[in-house]
Formats: sequence, C-alpha cells, structure tokens
Amino acid sequence: MPSNTAEDKTYYKTLTRKIFTTVVVVSFMPMIFVGGIILYHFQTSYSAKVCSYLEALVNRHRHDIDMFLTERQNNIHFLAECYDYPALSDEAFLQEKLDILRKEYGEVFSDLGVVDHNGHQTAYAGAFRLENANYASAEWFQKAMREQFFISDVFMGLRGFPHFIVAARNEWNGNHYILRATVDFQAFNRVVRNIRIGETGSAFIINRKNELQTDTSLDISEDSELYRGLINQAFDTQGKAKISVLESPKNRKRNLYVTGLLNNGNWALIYQQDVGDAFAEIYRTWWIALIVFTAGAVAIITMAMIVSRRTVGRIAEADNEKEMMNQQVIESNRLASLGEMAAGIAHEINNPVAIMVEEAGWISDLLEEEEFKESENLEEFQTSLGQIKKQGLRCRDITHKLLSFARRSESQKQIIKINAMVEEVVGLFSHQAKYSNVRIVTKFAEDMPYIHASQTELQQVLFNLINNALDALRATGGKIVIMTGCEDDMAVIEVKDNGPGIPRAELAKIFDPFYTTKPVGKGTGLGLSICYGILNNMGGKITVASSVGIGTNFRVFIPHQDSGPGTVSDASSAIGNAVTLTH
Amino acid sequence: MNELAPDINVLLVDDEIAFVETITKRLKKRHFIIQTAHSGMEAMEKLEENGNATEVVVLDVKMPGMDGIETLAEIKRKFPLKEVIMLTGHATVSSAIEGMKKGAFDYLLKPCEMSDLVSKVNRAAEKKREHEKRVVEARMQELMRTKAQ
Repeated sequence: MPSNTAEDKTYYKTLTRKIFTTVVVVSFMPMIFVGGIILYHFQTSYSAKVCSYLEALVNRHRHDIDMFLTERQNNIHFLAECYDYPALSDEAFLQEKLDILRKEYGEVFSDLGVVDHNGHQTAYAGAFRLENANYASAEWFQKAMREQFFISDVFMGLRGFPHFIVAARNEWNGNHYILRATVDFQAFNRVVRNIRIGETGSAFIINRKNELQTDTSLDISEDSELYRGLINQAFDTQGKAKISVLESPKNRKRNLYVTGLLNNGNWALIYQQDVGDAFAEIYRTWWIALIVFTAGAVAIITMAMIVSRRTVGRIAEADNEKEMMNQQVIESNRLASLGEMAAGIAHEINNPVAIMVEEAGWISDLLEEEEFKESENLEEFQTSLGQIKKQGLRCRDITHKLLSFARRSESQKQIIKINAMVEEVVGLFSHQAKYSNVRIVTKFAEDMPYIHASQTELQQVLFNLINNALDALRATGGKIVIMTGCEDDMAVIEVKDNGPGIPRAELAKIFDPFYTTKPVGKGTGLGLSICYGILNNMGGKITVASSVGIGTNFRVFIPHQDSGPGTVSDASSAIGNAVTLTH
Repeated sequence: MNELAPDINVLLVDDEIAFVETITKRLKKRHFIIQTAHSGMEAMEKLEENGNATEVVVLDVKMPGMDGIETLAEIKRKFPLKEVIMLTGHATVSSAIEGMKKGAFDYLLKPCEMSDLVSKVNRAAEKKREHEKRVVEARMQELMRTKAQ
C-alpha cells in the first residue's frame, strides 16, 4: 500500500531538502576553507614577491642612472680639472676632447662648451653652431654658477630639442667659468625606456616640477599631484625605491607606483604599472579558482540532488515495504487470532449441537413406537425433527470447516506435480462450466518445479478458487484463465476470471472467516479463509487483485523445493473427498 | 434398523453426560447393551470390572484428563481383542488417523448419524466375534491335538 498522503510527501520533501543541504554544506565547507586559505597565501606571497621584485628593479635602475649621471659628471669634472681655461678655450682642443669622449662613451655627449662668467660661450665643439651663444639668462647657467657640479633638467634650450647639461665650474684669473657638456637625450632616454614589464609597466623620470625628464608614452600631465606626493614620500626613505598602490585621478584606474629619487633628489624615477597587469598572475589564479569552484559547485549541487533524491527514494521504498509488511503481519495476526477463536467456538458448539441432534434422533426413535403411530401430527413431528437434524448437520459442517481453517498442518505431505493436479481439479468443473456458459482456459508453464505439500489441501485451495470464479460468472458466463508459473522461489497458480470483480471495500475482508456475499445458506464464508489458512501453513501465500467490471485475479504462491520426481503421486488420488468447501 | 443387533455389549465413553445419556437411550432402543463412562479412567475401571462382556468401545477423542488416544492405547494393551470406535469432534482427521494407527476399528465425526454409528458398531462387533471365534477354534484345535496325543 504505497503511502502518498500529503503528509508523507512533505515529510519526504523535507527529508530530501535536509540531505541535500547536508551534502552541500559538508562538501562546500572544506572546498571554501582550503581554497580560501590557499588563495590567500598565494596572493599574499605572490604580491610580496612582485613588490620586492619591482622595488629591486627600480633600485637597480636608480643606481644605474645615478651612476651614469655621476660618470658623465666625472668626465666633465676631469676635463675641467686637467686643463685650464686657455687650453679649453681652444676649439680644436675641445673638439679633440669631445671626440675622445664620444669614442669612449658612445653618442652620449653631443657637444662641449666653455662658458665664461658672463654667460658667454667662448668655445664650442659639437654639431650645433652655438659659438658665442649667451647663456647669461639661462636658468641652468645661473644654477651652475652657484655650484661646483651641476646637472640640469631636461629642456629645449637654443637648439630646439630636449637635452640636458652636465656642467663643472672652475676658476681662471679669479673668474668662474663653466665647462659644460650636453648629454644627448635619446641616449639617456634609452636607459630608462628599457624598463618595461608586462603590458603597462614602464618607467620614466620626472623632476620636482613634475616635468618629464625622459620620453614616455604615458600622459602624466593630470597626475602631477600624485607624483608630487610620491616624490615627497620618497624623501622619507632617503630616496630608496618605495612601492605604493594609488588610484590615478586621471582615469580612476588603480596603478602601482614605485618611486626612487635620482640625481640628489632633483629627479625621481617612477615605475608605473596597472595593478591588474602587475598582479595578472594573481587575477588569473583567481579566475581559475572561480571557474574550478563554479564547476565544483555545479557538480556538488547536481550530485547532492541526485543523492538526496535517490536516498529518499530508497527510504520511501523501504518505508512502503515496511508498511506493507506491517499490514501483512497485522493481517495474518488478525486472521490467526480469528482462526483460533473460530476453532474455540467450533469446539464448544460442536458438542451441544451433537447432543441436540442426538436428542432429536431420540425423539424420532420414540415416534417409531406404536402409541405414536396414530398421532395426527406424526408427520409434522417427523418433518420438524428432520429439520432439526438437517440444521444440526449444517452446524457440524460449519464447525468442521472452521476447524480446518484454523488447523495446524496435519495432512500428509507428498511430492506434487502442479500442472497435473491443476488439470485434474479443472476436469472436475468441466461439466459445471459448460452449464454456466463459462470457458476454462489453462496455460501451463513447461518446467514447473515439484512441490512438497499436502495434495488434498492444494486441491481444496484450487477447488475453492475455481468454484468462486464460476459463481462469479454464473449469471453472465465468461472466461476463467488458470495459469501456472514460477516467481522467485515460489510456484504460482493464478486463477483469473472476467466476472464483475470485487469492490475495493470488500477486497480487504474476503479472507475473513464468515465473510460471504452469497445468500444465506448457500455459502459459509469460509472457503477463502481456509485457502488462506492452508497456504499460510505451507509457508506460501494467496493474493488477490480485482477491478470492478474487469475481473478478479487470485494468485497462489507455494514454496517449492527442487526435488526429483521420485515420489510424484498421481494427482487423481483423493480428489473425490478433497473439497466440498466453497466460499 | 434393528435388524442385526444381537445384544452387542457396548461401552460408551464421553465426558458430555447429556450426549452419553441420549446415545445410550437410542442404542438401548436398538437392543444394544450399554455401559457408560465419563472419562478414560472410568472406562478402564468399567472394563476391569466386567471386561469380558464388553465387545465394542465407543470412545470420544477429546476428554479432560486421560484423553481418547491414551485410553485407546491402554485398552489395546490390556484387552487387545476389544474393538474401539473413535468419536471425534475434530474436522482434523489426524487424531482419528492416529487412533486407527493405534488399533482403533474406525472413527466417526460428531455429531453422527445414528445409522452410521449402528452399522459401525455392528461391524466392529462382528469382527470381534470373528476374532474370538478364531481364537476359540485355535484353542480347540490345540486342545484336540493335545488330547489326540
């Protein structure tokens, strides 16, 4: 009896949900936990690694650039120290020195010049015709006159393209003069431009006015505030490279900045990279983790759904089975106690009935006497006594049947060929079936096992079932199909009719003793109870399925053993007195 | 009904007194000589007292105390020539069959037809007398043989 009440459904739904939740939580927890920890550590250590790498990189370049500048300064200083003003004022000499420098250091120096204290360039060697140029008002000149060494910012100057000046001050006849060299911007630029990492990582140098000292693809005009801050910050660390992550006010992008000071703090080397680019590896890892996590989540949820449904399905099945088993146990207990009660009643009633019958018999004996022969009511007496006797015998039949319903196994068991036995019993009905316009069809399975059971009892069961089927078809005629077969370790005999069927409400009661639909006096209501009792004792069972208007199907299950045909009896024995019990 | 009833001596054993009484009346009317007992023990006592007269014992299977089967065994042990008919209220033939195995002449289901009972008692008595006759004949022969010698 499958239980599909609403209550059960909600119960199973709740159960499914609970199992599902448990599986999901239990699976997700470690995944999130472990994944989170690993990702966190990876991110921390990886970003630390990236930062320290970038800082080291910038520091190295800072050092290189400072070295470059110092060297250039030293070159000029050396020249200024080695030769006095008159020698340096000789343009041919100057040209010679420029050539040596260029030969030694490449195209770094584009020209050399000597400027007197008035800012007048007295000698010049180089590609630009700048002899007699006056730098008195130039900013670099004014600054250079104040210090012994000087490196200017990059500026356009007279020649019209970016360059900067390395100058050394010296004295001649009490007047300062300056030996200056122009460092080719392109050559210097190359040093910085080579710093390129990833897609957006690049470096540039700015001075304290936020003017670019090197060429860069970046547009820094709008971020001057930011750079000023960075540079001020860099001062706090004595110019050493320092990393910071800031949001560019220009495009609201988060950038990574590494700032180091150069040239005695006049310049700053800034390495700038998009955070996403700098930490691309981390973001990629995040993506992979996310994809794996999502895939895992989908897998877990799907599995949890399947597992929970399947589990609950099994549980429901088991519950159903248990329920059915319980009902069967209840049913068989009920029938067993009914049987015991019936047996008790039968015993108790049997004796009084016997006495009544005997008393009636005694009266009829007495009526035989001469003195009563003349009595006018003699015939009435005799009819009445006959009736008492008849009804007494009817009572006896009932009690006997009741007892056989309740009895323990007592008949002799033998090896039985089912098909032959069925054939035999069906044969008994051929006449009756013809009169009732009923066709009995038998379908026998070929290799039926032998059964060790009481032949009489089995015949009785079959007899009762066929008799019931015939009764059901008596009014209308129809067909009875009798089949044999095997199911699991049971032999099955099936008796199917296409009669009116049994209403559902009555179906539950048909195995009860004294339950009958036949008119009073026609049936005792014990036939099926007896069948039930017999099969129960054999360790078999009887089931019924019926639909009103379609018919009824009784199935008899008998446990079999695979014994040889050794003592197979002929089914014909004892069939005459086998059965007189019908439902 | 009373065609053959040459005063057969019957012992009727049943714990139902009313039943015994009625049957007694009815059988007496059919010219049987009836003794009654209401338990196995009483039956044995009765047989001990005037055992020789009794030819057939009609014995109820289900009795309190010593039941029919036990009583039967006892009777067959002490009086092997007496025939016993078992009366059973059981539809279960098993007890009756057991009785037959132990030497009962026949069995009857309770309540029974008087005619059945009478005919069975008659046949039992016939068998008993036949037996006895043979026993007597055998003895006679033995006697004659010894005399001839």
